[in-house]
Amino acid sequence: MLSRVAESIYWMSRQAERAENLARFIEVTLYMILDQPEFVVDPWEPLVKVTGDNEWFTEKYGVADRDNVVKFLAFDTEYHSSMLTCLIAARENARGVRETISTESFEELNEFYHFVQDNAEAQIKDPTAEFFEQVRLHALTWTGVLDSTMAHDAAWHFINLGRLLERADKTSRILDVKYFSLLPSLEDVGTAVDDLQWSTLLLAVSGFEAYRREHHLADVKKIVEFFLFHKSFPRSILSCIRGADGSLAQIDSDCGGDRTTEVQKQIQSLLHRLSNTSVEEVIAGGMHQFIDRLQIQLNEIGVSLGQDYFHSTQPA
Amino acid sequence: MQNQSQSQASSRSPAISRSPREKLPALSGYQTDGFFDELVDKDCVARPDAQALVDLIISLPPKELLRRQDAIERALFKMGITFTVYSDSSGTEKIMPFDVVPRIVSSLLWKHIDAGLKQRIRALNRFLCDVYNEREIVQEGIVPAELIDSCPAYLKQCVGLKPFNDVWCHITGTDLVRDNSGAVYVLEDNLRCPSGVSYVLQNRHVMKRNFPQVFRASQIRPVSDYTSRLYGMLREVAPPHVDDPTVVVLTPGVYNSAYYEHSFLAQQMGVQLVEGRDLIVKNDHVYMRTTRGLKRVDVIYRRIDDAFLDPKVFRSDSVLGVAGLMNVYRLGNITLANAPGTGVADDKVIYAYVPDMIRYYLDEEPILASVKTYVCHDEEDREYVLSHLDELVVKAAGESGGYGILIGPHATDEQRQEFAKAIRSNPRNYIAQPTLQLSRMPTVVGDHLEGRHVDLRPYILCSRPDDVWVLPGGLTRVALKKGSLVVNSSQGGGSKDTWVIAEAGQPIASIDSPSTH
Repeated sequence: MLSRVAESIYWMSRQAERAENLARFIEVTLYMILDQPEFVVDPWEPLVKVTGDNEWFTEKYGVADRDNVVKFLAFDTEYHSSMLTCLIAARENARGVRETISTESFEELNEFYHFVQDNAEAQIKDPTAEFFEQVRLHALTWTGVLDSTMAHDAAWHFINLGRLLERADKTSRILDVKYFSLLPSLEDVGTAVDDLQWSTLLLAVSGFEAYRREHHLADVKKIVEFFLFHKSFPRSILSCIRGADGSLAQIDSDCGGDRTTEVQKQIQSLLHRLSNTSVEEVIAGGMHQFIDRLQIQLNEIGVSLGQDYFHSTQPA
Repeated sequence: MQNQSQSQASSRSPAISRSPREKLPALSGYQTDGFFDELVDKDCVARPDAQALVDLIISLPPKELLRRQDAIERALFKMGITFTVYSDSSGTEKIMPFDVVPRIVSSLLWKHIDAGLKQRIRALNRFLCDVYNEREIVQEGIVPAELIDSCPAYLKQCVGLKPFNDVWCHITGTDLVRDNSGAVYVLEDNLRCPSGVSYVLQNRHVMKRNFPQVFRASQIRPVSDYTSRLYGMLREVAPPHVDDPTVVVLTPGVYNSAYYEHSFLAQQMGVQLVEGRDLIVKNDHVYMRTTRGLKRVDVIYRRIDDAFLDPKVFRSDSVLGVAGLMNVYRLGNITLANAPGTGVADDKVIYAYVPDMIRYYLDEEPILASVKTYVCHDEEDREYVLSHLDELVVKAAGESGGYGILIGPHATDEQRQEFAKAIRSNPRNYIAQPTLQLSRMPTVVGDHLEGRHVDLRPYILCSRPDDVWVLPGGLTRVALKKGSLVVNSSQGGGSKDTWVIAEAGQPIASIDSPSTH
């Protein structure tokens, strides 16, 4: 596969996954405020905080209310990581690799983009959870179409890699919203409000049902464990990194590599750390710090991926 | 795409006698207005091969035709076969307008076109070999040397080159028009990077879905094997020492207006679509940068112009091509399709000499007529042109896309004087042709059908001088504006599916056959 194509396909996948996750953030928050009319905690400000772009937001928008945050996260094409910006970029990347992905997956992404673009104006005026639910369903359809219509060759593994690295990053950010910003005081743990918020967070990763089946009741440690270390839930961080490691191995064997690449070393070291850390250790050491370090490692993995696969100049 | 530049006939025939059919829906009220119509005769009765289609059209309520047209346009939009309207900041996208009424070409007429195009390609290849090597046709005085040497598309860097199998134009899209008698004329040859074939394949794809019953009834020849043929041809013209050639499509990138076509053709052939930055010249070969390192490339179906191919040889500011590519080409280590330099044979002035080329190289009479062309370089022709500017279409040789054209009968005195001045100061750059009354076809306008002018671009593949294949179909472009002869998509032109009717024994397009989608 061409290096340029591998890079574009990887970013296409990351950008679409990012758009999906932003829709998830907004969807659950819009649902949550319906159940929580008295605004015990402000649900919007933390959504801006976790982007890491709160300065930019404050300068352009000022107050973090529903309308501003939805516009910023979902439809602001001046913001480099809004849902619409990501979809535009994903589609542009898909156009550049159109001959590599299946026709169905291009058409699905194309429809996905048009759906968001066509509704942007109305949703800026009056955002609805229903719309963001539709976005999530579009994203799920797209990933399903990709997985069922493409050969699971190197191209698909680059797609999977992009998707899983982005998903690990976003799952960690969702958790960070809750732990760091929504609930600064430990006394609130176990209250009705808290329960609602944790449920909401589980809903944001489509993990509510899976969690309930295993644990029935909300429990901070168990929820954190579910987010970080669940072995088979597709949006847990461990599960994402394990999948990314597997795809990387497939890419490497397809690329005929006999050396261990830098990115492989990094991902295996992260996997090792996740497999050998307990939730107690995470909480004792500070979850925000844990997540912060995780995000730095994920960024480093992204950089090495570029160096190892996207800029080759040596003959095979 | 080039646009058609002939003038329209302004006369309208009086009311014609009507067949009872005409009173029925959809085609009711349709008039040929004295033009040659591709689908019906002057009494609005279906031409023999168009009977099934016309029966269908008249059996449909008018709104139904429009509904199907909408469905097809939505499908094309969904498929992402769009271009961005740059003037609109919100990034509005449009499809090339599509007209639901297909053009029908009878098997007899197609036989004529097919033979004529093959003959023309054979002669053009001979001409290109000759003009970059022995130049016998110049020495014989058939084509003036100064016309060749002054042609901007004649590349001195290609002198002495001999492409594999002596093929220069591997892929050609030739524009044909029909006049009021129904006679077919070659309007121009497009030998550089002719575009539009993806529309032919995709138009057919959506039409098959929407009109399965007419397909069954009409014995239409398939177009779906075009990309297999294209791939087979590209492999066949690979450097002879290569066993299993690697073929790629070279595109200027996603911002090129024909990008969709480039990616479509690469996808359908199952080959890599590369940009210049994906390629590198090393050890006298071309390589592409892959996740497995560098991989050698043997055949490049290039969709970028000559001038951008190699910054070391042509435009040094180009970032679209590959530095050192021409040297690899000269060494015989890469095939470029089409060969660089083919543009000299589709120059508007050289066009006038193609019938002479056919006689000279093949010792045959041209099967397809060319439009009578006055070459202003020639003194006698020039004087004729200058004194008949009000009757002629004048074209600047160095321009395309509808620029540099004077449609004499419609021009003002001032415009004619301007052109007279330009012709006198640079006669080499001008030709003139009589105005043709282009044929028309029923086309959806609002909720009914009106006649609109059409042209036809068939696509021709050539792997050896004796192996020329013409796609049985082509891109029918239609001028959607009333009375207009401009079929260019940027100026309100659209496209139609083209149905070539099979002769007995020829394969037909089945609605069940694998589609190109």
